[in-house]
Amino acid sequence: MPKVTYIEASGKKHEIQVDVGLSIMEGAVQNSVPGIDADCGGSCACATCHVYVDEQWTEKVPEITDAEKDMLDFAFEPKKNSRLSCQLILEDSHDGIVVNLPSKQG
Amino acid sequence: MNIKTDALVIGAGPVGLFSVFELGIMGLKAHVVDNLDKIGGQCIELYPDKPIYDIPALPKCTGESLINNLLEQIKPFKTEFHLGERVQSINKNNNNWVVETNLGKKFETPNIIIAGGVGSFEPRKIPLEGVEKFDNTNLFYAVRNKEIFKNQSICIFGGGDSALDWAVDLSNICKKIYLVHRRDDFRAAQHTVSQMNEISKTGKIEVLTSFQPKELIGEKLIEKVRITNSNSNEDKLLKVDSVLAFFGLKMELGPIAEWGLNLDKKNIKVNAENFETNEKGIFAIGDICLYPGKLKLILSGFHEAALCAKSCFNRARPDEKYVFRFTTSSSEIQKRLGVKNDNK
Ligand SMILES: Cc1cc2nc3c(=O)[nH]c(=O)nc-3n(C[C@H](O)[C@H](O)[C@H](O)COP(=O)(O)OP(=O)(O)OC[C@H]3O[C@@H](n4cnc5c(N)ncnc54)[C@H](O)[C@@H]3O)c2cc1C
Ligand code: FES
Repeated sequence: MPKVTYIEASGKKHEIQVDVGLSIMEGAVQNSVPGIDADCGGSCACATCHVYVDEQWTEKVPEITDAEKDMLDFAFEPKKNSRLSCQLILEDSHDGIVVNLPSKQG
Repeated sequence: MNIKTDALVIGAGPVGLFSVFELGIMGLKAHVVDNLDKIGGQCIELYPDKPIYDIPALPKCTGESLINNLLEQIKPFKTEFHLGERVQSINKNNNNWVVETNLGKKFETPNIIIAGGVGSFEPRKIPLEGVEKFDNTNLFYAVRNKEIFKNQSICIFGGGDSALDWAVDLSNICKKIYLVHRRDDFRAAQHTVSQMNEISKTGKIEVLTSFQPKELIGEKLIEKVRITNSNSNEDKLLKVDSVLAFFGLKMELGPIAEWGLNLDKKNIKVNAENFETNEKGIFAIGDICLYPGKLKLILSGFHEAALCAKSCFNRARPDEKYVFRFTTSSSEIQKRLGVKNDNK
């Protein structure tokens, strides 16, 4: 079970074991990590599951699709390492991944 | 003058529409209010062309075809829709509720059915602190009257259809348009992109890609906009008369959160017997309601609509007895639907 570290904008860390096959969004919502709203429930239609993927991991997560790029336009303060966490499905190789949460969603 | 009705449905998504049907076959009249200017809720706003496979007895439909079918189903009831209006406040008047919209329209009804989904769709604000102070001055999230932009220099933020359509359209009357977008690709229709690129050759539209807003500068009105290049971090200052931002829509519970209903985050708690909230005569169905085991599915919302309509009947017709009927065999229902029974 890969371990995911969610870091809130305030710096508060949450280290959580998430099942393979779940998204980073689902890992947060199911474990009550604050700061990910996921209004659309993971259908890449709301941009309220925005995270910044730690620089060391940006190459290792699934490649971004056009639909996700379009949706990211609506995120609050998007950066180069911005992703929608509902599109980041976890594999064993993601053990130890770190994502930073924005100061707010949308 | 208050509009009197048996039930007021807040939200014209699939669940709100089906509740109109369930009320209608019992002979109850409903009015529907939605903040959007079109009917269909998430199905139309978020995924009109995407397939849905889990509507009972409909192996496949799309967001749009589902809504069209629901509209066909409720056609006999000639329901009045109040679109582009947000429900704002509620007050008690004996056994009735008086509901007021942001445009001042008032409804008086024994039953409020909140089918508000994940909240009303509202334009997403520019993601900068303190920009609210320019709301209703020269910062706009929609174009209501394009004449005000005549001979102006304006800055348009966004890379989708709304942003580009308006850039092309307003280039006919504006002095200068800066179109600022976060990245190089546009989400808009290809021919609009080409049109914009063509106009940009004349200098009327200046396309600034890989730029994001950084600061809106001005006392009462925005006078300048500072934008920053996401690759080089270099800033640019634009002198403008107005700013238009098209960052899509987001969903907000909005005024419903202030009504004293029991909430859990963005959901309204209800009992699973008739989907009534902690207030008598206020029901919540569809994505917005919460009870043990709730699933945010269209089919669950349909079930909730049927059960809640029965309680609405008891409140709207206290002197009549509710009778359970099948649509197949009830001549009364068929009369309401305007169909002739061929089976006899
Ligand atoms: C991409 C995507 C795919 C989906 N696929 C499926 C699927 O395959 N099967 C399935 O069953 N479900 C699916 N869903 C979920 C389904 O769309 C929702 O369950 C359904 O739309 C809920 O309907 P609703 O009527 O409760 O709310 P909504 O469709 O959200 O409509 C609510 C309406 O209420 C309005 N409103 C809210 N507050 C106010 C107010 N104060 N004043 C005025 N108007 C207001 C809003 O503007 C909105 O139009 C999907 C959702 C998404 C995003
Ligand atoms: S949950 Fe809505 S886009 Fe990810």
